[in-house]
Amino acid sequence: MDAWDDYTEEVMDHYEHPRNVGVVDNPDGVGIVGNPACGDVMKLSIRVENDHIVEAKFKTFGCGAAIATSSMVTEMVKGKSLDEALQISNKAVAQSLGGLPKIKMHCSVLAEDALKAAIDDYRKKKKEK
Amino acid sequence: MKTVYLDHHATTPLDAEVLEVMMPYLTTEFGNASSTTHDYGRRARAAVEQGREEVAALIGAEQPDEIIITSGATESDNLAMKGLALQRADHSGHIITIAIEHKAILDTARFLEKQGFSVSFAPIDRYGLVDLEELRGLIRPDTFLITIQAANSEIGTIQPIAEIGAIAHEHNLLFHTDAVQALGKVDVDVVRDHIDMLSISAHKIYGPKGVGALYVRKGIRLQPLIHGGGHEMGMRSGTLNVAGVVGLGKAALLAKRDLVSESARLTALRDRLRQGIESRIDLVQLNGHPTRRLANNLNFSFSFVEGESLMLGCRGFALSSGSACTSASLQSSYVLRALQVPDAIAHSSIRFGLGKSNTDEQIDALLELLVENVKRLREMSPLYDMAREGIDIESFSWSEHDHHNH
Repeated sequence: MDAWDDYTEEVMDHYEHPRNVGVVDNPDGVGIVGNPACGDVMKLSIRVENDHIVEAKFKTFGCGAAIATSSMVTEMVKGKSLDEALQISNKAVAQSLGGLPKIKMHCSVLAEDALKAAIDDYRKKKKEK
Repeated sequence: MKTVYLDHHATTPLDAEVLEVMMPYLTTEFGNASSTTHDYGRRARAAVEQGREEVAALIGAEQPDEIIITSGATESDNLAMKGLALQRADHSGHIITIAIEHKAILDTARFLEKQGFSVSFAPIDRYGLVDLEELRGLIRPDTFLITIQAANSEIGTIQPIAEIGAIAHEHNLLFHTDAVQALGKVDVDVVRDHIDMLSISAHKIYGPKGVGALYVRKGIRLQPLIHGGGHEMGMRSGTLNVAGVVGLGKAALLAKRDLVSESARLTALRDRLRQGIESRIDLVQLNGHPTRRLANNLNFSFSFVEGESLMLGCRGFALSSGSACTSASLQSSYVLRALQVPDAIAHSSIRFGLGKSNTDEQIDALLELLVENVKRLREMSPLYDMAREGIDIESFSWSEHDHHNH
């Protein structure tokens, strides 16, 4: 399959062995972004302690790049403060994977959006409490 | 391990027998088929004429000079439609086609609309099959052409071309069919099936790329797209690609010779894959017609799994998908959308295009990968969770989705 040649080893490693697949038990924040009609949906759930992300899990419907960036972002946010986590851009996620084919860069936006949505959700819930 | 090729709708490998007959015309027999004042040219001319006869025999054309050599089926489609339309003195009139044609037809139709012609799309059912009564109802006094493909490259649906041809002729219209995918798998006969023009591509039938043909029934005049030395009965100028025509002819000969046996073999292989998928994987949908289908085509959607990610899982197999993430346009397959297949299902589709070299063992190995990866990717899919929880994915309020425009 040619697509294997388009992706870096890191991308394929995360596609084949994705980290942190699933849903956090009793999550503090959940972000669901994307749309099945567009071909990708990501659900990111996080557990937060002392304003730091201590656990992050994902479920993703999407192409290889969407799965790999989802997996990578769950690794990158671990231990980060919420403000630090919000600084993580899709480009940084892609860079951590050794880059993505240009046409696949848009797939990495999903990971950034899901992270922001999960943190928003956490902050909203916190206010309501 | 060499990648197993399962994308025979896109192209096919050159048959060794075809290459063998082409070789002399790429080396010592370099003559120009128009230069018949000497042996070189006359031998080239004879080779071209033999190729033309072999193509004519494949489709049941009565005379070899009804075969116009082109650069491939895209050119053939263009020549058929523009050549006929632009021949009309007032540059107006009506063409009927369907929405799942190859882009060479659809984009040419759009071009002709801009030139003042009008185009109607005959309705198709959810399998892609044209409705003959609706087609009949679209015919107007100024209709001059019906162009409908013999079979579809994505979903494999075989159209009732003989019936369509009969309707066209009842109304004194011309009928053109793009038979690129059907040849070698479906018995096509231009006389029996009332076909006036028919597009052929060599590289879809184990011939070389860069050569094809348009069958043009005797008596039909087309405005040439390429002017010059008046080759090809004045309809397509340019020095003939002699080796290409020889290869096209040989490929046509083999397609005719092996039609029955190879179709039967491919059907068995296809059904093995289909039964394997349907018995071992739940929540799958066959796209295209359940029975009126090319012997070498399957198109399945695996719900809740995105097509590109599934193809990656099927490492070692060359496949294609209707998913947006495999196209430069970032749009899901226009063919599946025309069948009203929901976008999410279109993104989950995989096309399997079988061919001469494929075996039972390859199909069985692919099935293992499909079963394993669909399971793995569904466990990763938020949509699968939602479905299991009874949430309707179609009516769920999804976020506004604009990341494709970033």
